[in-house]
Formats: sequence, C-alpha cells, structure tokens
Amino acid sequence: MKIMALTGNEAAAEAMRQINPDVVAAYPITPQTELMHKFAEFVADGLVDTEMVLVESEHSALSATVGASAAGARAMTATSAQGLALMWEILYIAAGLRLPIVMPVINRALSAPINIHGDHSDTMGARDSGWIQIFSENSQEVYDNTIIAIRIAEHPDILLPVMITMDGFIISHTMERVEVLDDDVVKSFIGEYNPSYKLLDIKNPITVGPLDLQDYYFEHKRAQAEAMENAYKLIKEIDEEYSKISGRRYKYVEPYEIDDAEIVLISLGSTAGTIKEVIDELRLKGMKVGGLKIRVYRPFPREEIKEFLSNALVVGVMDRSIAFGATCGPVCLDIKATLQGTKLSNLPIVDYIYGLGGRDITPRDIEKIFGELERIKILGEVPNLPRYIGVRGEEDYPEIRSKFKIKN
Amino acid sequence: MSELKKWFELPVGAVIDEPGNAIRYKTGSWRTFKPILDKSKCNDCLICWIYCPDNSIIVQDGKLVGFDYDHCKGCGICAEVCPDKSKAITMVLEYD
Repeated sequence: MKIMALTGNEAAAEAMRQINPDVVAAYPITPQTELMHKFAEFVADGLVDTEMVLVESEHSALSATVGASAAGARAMTATSAQGLALMWEILYIAAGLRLPIVMPVINRALSAPINIHGDHSDTMGARDSGWIQIFSENSQEVYDNTIIAIRIAEHPDILLPVMITMDGFIISHTMERVEVLDDDVVKSFIGEYNPSYKLLDIKNPITVGPLDLQDYYFEHKRAQAEAMENAYKLIKEIDEEYSKISGRRYKYVEPYEIDDAEIVLISLGSTAGTIKEVIDELRLKGMKVGGLKIRVYRPFPREEIKEFLSNALVVGVMDRSIAFGATCGPVCLDIKATLQGTKLSNLPIVDYIYGLGGRDITPRDIEKIFGELERIKILGEVPNLPRYIGVRGEEDYPEIRSKFKIKN
Repeated sequence: MSELKKWFELPVGAVIDEPGNAIRYKTGSWRTFKPILDKSKCNDCLICWIYCPDNSIIVQDGKLVGFDYDHCKGCGICAEVCPDKSKAITMVLEYD
C-alpha cells in the first residue's frame, strides 16, 4: 500500500492502470479528459497492456467497448454529460447484452445552456438504463469503487455494466490523499476475466445481439431485471471481500450520526461530505440531525433506506438534478416510492434541488436546510413541491408572483 | 417451433449459443412472391445459389433441384440474377 496525492480523475486512472483492461476506447470530454489523458500516458509508457482505441465520438467509444467486451475482452471507457447522452443508445445495448463494462462517469450538467460543471443530470437520466450506478464521495472512493466495480460487473450471477460516478471538478479535479493498494493485490482481487461466451472463441461460435421479437424479448428483459436483484444481494459480499484487502468497509448507504437523529438529510456524492461537517456543528448546538449517503444508487438500497429512516421524524432529500414535470427530483422519487406502503409512508419528506451547473452548496446552505426541516418537524407543514436551494429569486418569487399576477 | 422457454432457462444476454439453429425458424410464411423454376431453361450455372441470402436454393450433385420454401422469404434475388439468356426462375404471387 502507498499513499498518493490524486485527483478524482487520477484516482480512477490509477485504478484502471492496476485493472489493466484489454481494451479502452475513449473520446475526450470535460471534465473526464484528464482521466483518459492520464490513462493514455500509462499506455504510452508501457505500464499497461491495453489496446487504446481513439474513436470519433462517445457513441463510438461505447460501441467499441461493447464490441471488445462481447469479443471476450475486459473493456472500459469513461465519459461525462453530453458524452453520456451521445452514448444513450449503446447504454441500453451494453446492459441488454449483459456485458460487464466498467465506466467512470464524471458528473456534469447537461446542455442547454452549455455548462461544464458538476451536477447529476447526466447519470440520473441513465438511472433506469440497466447499468449499476455507484456514487463516490471523494477520490478514495473513486479508486476503491472502480476496482470493486470490476468484480461486481463480472460476477456470473450479475453480468451488468457499472457506472462509477464522481462530481465533476468538485472531485474530479480536487487533489486528495488516496491510499493505493499494491498492484498484485488488486490483480489477485479482480482475477482473470473468463466470460462464458466470447465472440472470438471460434470453436464455440455464438450470435450476439440477434433479433428478439414478441416471443422472447420480454423473457430476456425479465432476466435482466433479476440480474439487478442479484446485484442487490451480491454487492455486499464483494464489498466485504474488498474490506479484507483494503481495510475500507463500504456499504450501500453510509449513515452519519443517524442513531438518535430526528432529522435526516439524504445525499449522493461530494455533498455528503459537506453535510457531515454541518451535522458535527449542529450536534454541538444540540440538534438531533443525521445524514444518509447513498453509495449504491442502482440497484436502489431499499431495505437499508427503510432501516435507517425508521427513527426519523422528518427527512430531507438532496437532488442535484431536476426530474422535469415529475412531482420531485429523482432521488426523492425513489425514497418516496421505497417508503410507500410501509409504516413510514407518512414520514414528512422534503425535496431540495441544489447545485445545478456546479453551483456551490455551502455549509450555510445545508444549515438553512436543517433549520427549515426543524421548523417542519415542529409545525408539520410539509412543502409538497421541491424547494430550490441557492438559486437567486427563489425567496422573493411568491411575493412578486402575487403582485404581478404571473401565471406560471 | 419447439416449446417456448422460460426466462430463467435462457442463455445470458440473448446470446445464441447453438450455431445454425435459425433452420428451426420458418420464414417461408413471410413470402408474397415465390420463385418457380422452369428446369428446361436452367443450365445449372448456380448463380442463384451463390446469391440466395437464405440458403434456400436446393442443389444436389451440382444440379439445381428446387427451393426450400420453409425458409425462402421471396426476395426475388434468384430470379433477378438468373442470366437473361435462360430466365429459368420467375416470381409468382404466393396467393391469387
């Protein structure tokens, strides 16, 4: 083990160096560019055996990765925002063909308006595409999750592609202390990739991606849904095994000061770190506040959510993207759906949409949110629409609207 | 068609791991026009056999003997490539 100073991008590249994939296909996009820049250096320096394919778009990047994976290779790529959007068609193909591709996605806002900074709009759109999604709070988690993801993706009872996400710039370009395992430890943890079907195995010819009509398509999709259920059961075993080589024990969700917490704030990614800091401050003032970070977002950790919210009196959900036209943001929708029909169905839940286009979320913002949740706990008046945090005009809008009779 | 399998009995990712099993999938019913052979005009050049995309030209001992109507989709390529001098294959409506 050694300690290195790495950005989130470099941590993912370092993990990829140790994974030593057979094929990496990539197209540059901010803020992912630095990751592939670093990995291309490893290729140029002969530190990996990877065949690096430089393609003409992200659609091609994931297509080449799918081709390599179907051929029997361990294949990876990485992207952000518009790149992920351009991959859309192939996202579903990778998942439907059950190819164990691991792809770091550096979260960035979707155009328009064009913006290169971090929010979750890109991967939230892909949340139902059949990919496993694991969110990382910091560079260390990016490194660990990327290695763990290989084992998850390639597990014979799972065989699904995995996205490892990190917040664009906030994590991807921030240098942090990262504990890096020895190369041979990673090598033996991930093991050899031996798929049961390979296009290049000419002694056992197969057809990949055939036409699948009314008589069989539904059966294959049902099997794919079951693979996601298997992932929900099996990821914890792989996490447990990883803790033995790293000393870092990851869970689907990470509770913080939650045991006696009356107010719980749920979040993903880097914001979880800010929330922990604010919880420490508010605890000193005697407020019973806690946090819950979702690490594994797909499959959604439904049992863990129910368990950790069982003592809460009010819950806030941090959504770094908008589900346009929906009743609330994507994470909040999942939380509400999870609690529906349980003894927690009447738990007050408030959705907070924040940080779009890389807008800072400060400890003071979080403190205000906890303050509002405290008032809701006492008064019981729960806003049924999402609250927008840190956007100019939100506070005076109701007043102006009544004055000018704006219809929307 | 053999009995349809259940979702947990299928190879992962819709892979077909049995080469050539398309023979069990009868595509003959897709046809609108069917090829008819006038053997008296045919000199067994077998250009139709080369071009047929569905392996539906039946050849025995180097001679064209007929069509596999279970799998021929009626695309008409065989009639099209049949040399102008002979025109041994014509496409006729499947149902009048």
